Amino acid sequence: MHKLIFTIRENVRIARGSYRMLLSSPVELSLLPGQFVDIALDGLFLRRPISVCDASSGNGTTDITLVYKKVGEGTARMAAMHEGETLELLAPLGNGFDTGACRGRALLVGGGVGCAPLYYLCRQLLSEGKSVCAVFGFNTADEALLTDEFSRLGVEPLVATLDGSMGTKGFVTDVLGKFAPEYDYFYCCGPLPMMKALCPVTVSDGEFSLEERMGCGAGFCYGCSCHTASGTKRICKDGPVFKKEDIIW
Amino acid sequence: MVKDLSVHLCGLKLPNPVIPASGTFGFGLELADSMDLDTLGGICLKGTTATERFGNPTPRIAECREGMINSVGLQNPGIDALVADRVPRLRKVFHNTVIANISGFSIDEYSRCCRMAGECEGIDIVEVNISCPNVHNGGMAFGTDPDSAAKVAAAARKACPSKPVFIKLSPNVTDIVAIARACEDAGADGLTLVNTFLGMRIDIRRRRPVIAAGMGGFSGRAIFPIALRMVYQVRKACRIPIMGCGGVASAEDVVEMMMAGADAVQVGAENIRNPMACPEIVSALPELMETLGISRLEDIVGIIE
Repeated sequence: MHKLIFTIRENVRIARGSYRMLLSSPVELSLLPGQFVDIALDGLFLRRPISVCDASSGNGTTDITLVYKKVGEGTARMAAMHEGETLELLAPLGNGFDTGACRGRALLVGGGVGCAPLYYLCRQLLSEGKSVCAVFGFNTADEALLTDEFSRLGVEPLVATLDGSMGTKGFVTDVLGKFAPEYDYFYCCGPLPMMKALCPVTVSDGEFSLEERMGCGAGFCYGCSCHTASGTKRICKDGPVFKKEDIIW
Repeated sequence: MVKDLSVHLCGLKLPNPVIPASGTFGFGLELADSMDLDTLGGICLKGTTATERFGNPTPRIAECREGMINSVGLQNPGIDALVADRVPRLRKVFHNTVIANISGFSIDEYSRCCRMAGECEGIDIVEVNISCPNVHNGGMAFGTDPDSAAKVAAAARKACPSKPVFIKLSPNVTDIVAIARACEDAGADGLTLVNTFLGMRIDIRRRRPVIAAGMGGFSGRAIFPIALRMVYQVRKACRIPIMGCGGVASAEDVVEMMMAGADAVQVGAENIRNPMACPEIVSALPELMETLGISRLEDIVGIIE
């Protein structure tokens, strides 16, 4: 874990309530799909953990893309920031997705802003020569995000919206029932009720990215502990990604 | 001019007075890869009980203005794992003062844990927590009454004859001086002042407390003036050393705490928002001392009349 200053290169609204922030730092830092950063914001005591949507590093610099939803005071402050301003980040944090667990064909299931970490994961899986099927759920079409970005990677997401304004009306589980995509491993990030509903209908092993109100974000305050099938774990440090068989819903 | 940052606690020499407070730095090992732990004067380990505990349900963290509430509830692997695993592992990467923090739900439990901590080679000081607001029938219940506090202090002193025993007091009392005196009279070698303040936040949209347990311990910069006042009052009333704790977030705060009467200073919630807080404070101290005309940090302990 490092404490680094990043400069905001772009901060734009990409869907109703959601924003994309591009950050760069003159330090080379390796980030893995599924890891997150913890952002210090002026006037707020605790940092805000945000998962990494995309990252690249080389030639002494690191670029990070964050896609976040404005849900509270912290993300509202982030949304009000401008290009050229700086943020202090702790990074990298947490354990990412295990891309090696997928043998050939991955299913990615994202709900709302939970689609964000799946983008970097998708890029990684494709670079490892695996094929990817993506299923996304949103409340409404105007909340849909990253669908074009996935398309540009050659992965056309199957979308469910609650109101039917885009794709299949209903939940991601409805999409899975309707299209029955083939996969040998799945990766999921989204709201807890969605992940809970998805788990029993999956036909392979897989993993989920969990969230919890965090204190330190780096595993030493024990604020975000949870029970798993393999004992007590800290979501920030031992997760946020956990194997399907470890999660006690 | 070279600045002397070293301080003494019950005959132990610390290279500087900055110590991460119990519960805000895990067992030290969690941060070993992120910093040089030996920049710290000491490390106070996470509160440990006789048996393993998961602690309270989540969410157990709530943000506040200039602070936070935690209701972790003493999650820990138990005293056996502490002395057999955590401390020996920490000792491979940390060479300054190690302080074990012991909690319990009965006098017997406190005694057993203090004895084991006292017999553990890698532990230098045993800090007895009679002030945890996050567990029922224990913790703070012992720390809010002078007689109960004295009983724990006497039992801990007896169980751990070979190492300094500090009692960590709760600020959630009417008269902290009475509790401090009771602990000193019962044989405590030192005092840690103070633990967190019982606090609460409500999610007004969901109409329920933010943290699952309802209430928790409030800490952070906001409590600094109250903690400082308590350190000052107890310094005037007691002779045993004090580790000052509560809202310390800068080198200036460390100096202020020491002027009020602290022999060493613990940094708590600030670590949660900035894991590098302690090494940053240590490195800021020499320049601040230069500005203030201090050559030996220990000289300022308790200088406020």
